[in-house]
Amino acid sequence: MNRFLTLLATLLALATPAKSEEIVAGLSQNAVQITATFVGSEILIFGAVKRDAPAPEGQLGVVVVVEGPSHPITVRRKEKRMGIWINTDAVEVNAAPSFYAIATSAPFNDLVDETVDRMLNISIPESIRVFQSGSVANPEDFSAAVQRIRENQGLYLLNEGGVAVSEDTLFRASFQLPANLTEGAYKARIYLTRNGKVITEDVHEIDVHKVGIERWLYNLAHDQALLYGLMSLAIAVAAGWGASAFFRVFFNS
Amino acid sequence: MQIYLPIAEVSVNAFVLLGLGGLVGILSGMFGVGGGFLMTPLLFFIGIPPAVAVATEANQIVASSFSGVLAHLRRKTVDIKMGLVLQIGGLAGAFVGIQVFNYLKAIGQVDLLVKLAYVIFLGIIGGLMFIESLRALLKSRGGKVVSTRRKHNWVHNLPFKMKFRASGLYISAIPPLLVGVVVGVLAAIMGVGGGFVMVPAMIYILGMPTKVVVGTSLFQIILTTAFTTMMHATTNYTVDIALAVLLLIGGVIGAQIGTRIGVKLKAEQLRVLLAVMVLAVCTKLGLDLLLMPSELYTLGAGGH
Repeated sequence: MNRFLTLLATLLALATPAKSEEIVAGLSQNAVQITATFVGSEILIFGAVKRDAPAPEGQLGVVVVVEGPSHPITVRRKEKRMGIWINTDAVEVNAAPSFYAIATSAPFNDLVDETVDRMLNISIPESIRVFQSGSVANPEDFSAAVQRIRENQGLYLLNEGGVAVSEDTLFRASFQLPANLTEGAYKARIYLTRNGKVITEDVHEIDVHKVGIERWLYNLAHDQALLYGLMSLAIAVAAGWGASAFFRVFFNS
Repeated sequence: MQIYLPIAEVSVNAFVLLGLGGLVGILSGMFGVGGGFLMTPLLFFIGIPPAVAVATEANQIVASSFSGVLAHLRRKTVDIKMGLVLQIGGLAGAFVGIQVFNYLKAIGQVDLLVKLAYVIFLGIIGGLMFIESLRALLKSRGGKVVSTRRKHNWVHNLPFKMKFRASGLYISAIPPLLVGVVVGVLAAIMGVGGGFVMVPAMIYILGMPTKVVVGTSLFQIILTTAFTTMMHATTNYTVDIALAVLLLIGGVIGAQIGTRIGVKLKAEQLRVLLAVMVLAVCTKLGLDLLLMPSELYTLGAGGH
């Protein structure tokens, strides 16, 4: 809690009074370390609204987004041809985040207008970018499929009401990062909204990376591929021999 | 106990992997198959990315086959000479197979053709083997002595004859070479060791005794999968050593148990069981193609 207060104080001091309402926020952790026994991690995002003047009219809304690194993906659709199901059409999705979680203080559509959402890419469908000038009739089916599949995998979530706001000033939201997390620079975005418009936003980085033996093996596999391959084979042969010797000695056969 | 896999980038239960490895190891030791054609779909199912599953599976097969071969070597049920001849053919076949694979990938239907090849091939092999071995099994139940199936066919009228002492064969080197080539091609295309094709081919085409077939097939699989592992490790970086270790601990123990079960079974029983297994995999793949999938869309790594 002490850390939280000092952080809050520092941020308050640094914040520039350009707008009437500002976000002062902090994260419970700025880095997630993936160890061999990593089972996921919880991140708490909290903060306060700093005002120079009394709060204007309209309901204050808070939207917090945690976004993983984006990668291009190929989405394929199966169709029945001559009695069997085969891949027919394919769409290249230029960028889809590996993880995308949204928490809001009220129903999403009440807080953010459609046009604002399209401009700032806040909602889940807006985060998936397809630029395709190909022959496929309805590419939106493909981006919807990406959303559906990732939602089922627990990688895309929308938690309406997940942000707790008290006295129109303090807010907090907690995010559960799943165990099947990809490495990279994650981003936490906080939006303050009023009457469907975004008043101000704040962005924080969360560095997700492997540590210890996970890091070492990953680097070895990429930097010393030959050595890594030979090591894999050596382990395989040693294990095969070990089991054989063990059974010979202990089961005498 | 959850373990985060460094290359696959997913968290999985270590005991599930140990169990899977053990199960496939038993089959490996019993039948002389690597088990890749069973393990790879199982790994997909628990959420391992396909590229990592295929590459790591090759590494695990090295371990369980090595374990199995050592057990067979002590029983003198490995025909090393035959294994080497098959291997020469296999390497040539693998080379051709990789070219075919790249061609299929270029026209964009590699998945389908591989699956169709599997279904047709497994269906024929499994069906024929099942009928033949069931007949042999019933005959032996009836009290008659089963004649060793060593007929003189076209295989015995070819030049370059070689003596394969462990198999008790004196045949031309051409059929084993050709079998090796065909299996090599299939192995490269399907990403498996090819044991389930090799074993029936050795029994029915080459006429090798069933007991020798298992050890020899394992011997041949070690080299093929070791080569595959290195290829994947150096070009795609998809071998997950943590995953491999968990699978192979189960696998090597399973292989030892499987070998012991295998020697207690009669040759006909072994063949019936292998035929049933091949038919089961064939049915599963066939249904995948015929039934409507619950999710019509699939996600793959992007890029061109």
